[in-house]
Amino acid sequence: MLKITKLTKRYGSGDPVLKELDLTVEGDQLTSVIGSSGAGKSTLLRCINRLVEPTSGSVDLNGTEFTALHRRELRNARRRIGMVFQSFNLIDRLTVMENVQSGRLGYISTWAALTRRYPREDIRHAYELMERVGIAHYADRRADELSGGERQRVGVVRALMQRPEILLADEPTASLDPKTSEQIMSLLRDLASELKLPVIINIHNVTEAKEYSDRIVGMRYGRIIFDDKPGKLEKAEMDEIYAGVPAMDRAEVGAVA
Amino acid sequence: MNAVKDTWHKPPFIKSPALRYGLYAAVAIYVVLTLATLPIDWDRVSDGMRRAQRIFSGAFPPNFERSGLLIDGFLESLKIAILATVGGIALSVPLAFMAARNISVKPVYFLGRGIIIVARSFHPVIVAIIFVKAVGFGPFAGALTLVVYSVGFVAKLLAERIEEIDFGQVEAMRSVGAGFIPTLAYAVFPQIMPRLVGLGIYQLDSNLRASAVVGIVGAGGIGATLANAFGRYDYDFALAITMVIVGVILVSEAVSGFIRKRIA
Repeated sequence: MLKITKLTKRYGSGDPVLKELDLTVEGDQLTSVIGSSGAGKSTLLRCINRLVEPTSGSVDLNGTEFTALHRRELRNARRRIGMVFQSFNLIDRLTVMENVQSGRLGYISTWAALTRRYPREDIRHAYELMERVGIAHYADRRADELSGGERQRVGVVRALMQRPEILLADEPTASLDPKTSEQIMSLLRDLASELKLPVIINIHNVTEAKEYSDRIVGMRYGRIIFDDKPGKLEKAEMDEIYAGVPAMDRAEVGAVA
Repeated sequence: MNAVKDTWHKPPFIKSPALRYGLYAAVAIYVVLTLATLPIDWDRVSDGMRRAQRIFSGAFPPNFERSGLLIDGFLESLKIAILATVGGIALSVPLAFMAARNISVKPVYFLGRGIIIVARSFHPVIVAIIFVKAVGFGPFAGALTLVVYSVGFVAKLLAERIEEIDFGQVEAMRSVGAGFIPTLAYAVFPQIMPRLVGLGIYQLDSNLRASAVVGIVGAGGIGATLANAFGRYDYDFALAITMVIVGVILVSEAVSGFIRKRIA
């Protein structure tokens, strides 16, 4: 269970990007986070595994308080959170297998990583996962030879290699065409239930979000203003999530504070 | 109503006319003053012409009789160049990581940059003179000189390449909990690899050229052979050496250009 409480993130001295945000995700739900650009979706995901350092608040994953961890502890804790990126962030010049195995870098020794002597168990697991998402025949190809959809599958497999307790996906389909985008979304949904894995997805495409998620969280300027089943997301709620100019919203905050 | 304009002039490079014409005038005055004050002795120029003619007439036809000496000199230069390139790159890679702003911490960054600046600030000939004093005449001094020369060039350009990498890959490696060295090896090194190979090949070519120069101050190789030939007024042998140097450099530049194009 991931339990976020009173999470605040402020860049520099400006207005906070996240404002005392609370969110709890559990089970094998697929949760979609929607909201306009600048609402803080990416910051929220990155505060969970501390790619972005939260200013205050708490992030608790199955009993581990992430905000209190120091370097080595943080590295070890990050192994438990898988992450998938909008621009895939694959290592283009390495093979698909090396990319997939890079998901295990937190576990294997530096020597094994440098010499590519991956444990048999990891190699077997990699082939199983690649088979599952349909990229096993690409194992020896360079990552930049693959199409967008295939590359995102590599990204997903890399995250799953960690045997994560939760999967974060930061706009995983935003760089893909509509057809491929749907394939990746249904893959994520299926994997969530197969692996009993909670998944949090940042997404711009509301139609896709409604179709594939169990739960939708709507963010506006650092706050969650909608949190319910996809069916409950009607036009009024949509307008509220996507309406308004940032300046107005900031003025409002200023008045409260 | 509004007449549409049909003339347009490119805006001048320096906007203010006063500054613009002031600068032109300053440059012109400087050139005139320099020519007026520099001691240019036209008699010596014409003397020099005659002397140059004597050297060139003594040089023709080039003399390849002592080709054994020539080949030995070249092989030594080649050895110096290869040794210096390997050593220079081995030092440049860690130094480049130290000197990349986005990878290293501030104090290490300044240390790395400092070492590179020192390595770059002296011309190889000056470095060679110091090494010849330190370790004596011969190819070892030449190799050490060119190691310094290679570090100054390769480490600087490699550090700049590291600063340009796609940081998303580093972020991905951080997100899986990878340590520092594996992160560099997986997220950074593959991205800079083509540049490193390109720089290495270019540097080998460049070291071969530079080894001819540093040889003149006593650091071994073909340069030493050339300096000796001049010293003994063997202009015909010197011309032979020069021709071979030009030929070898043409070939090595063609080869390195070809390889660099293929890996790009």
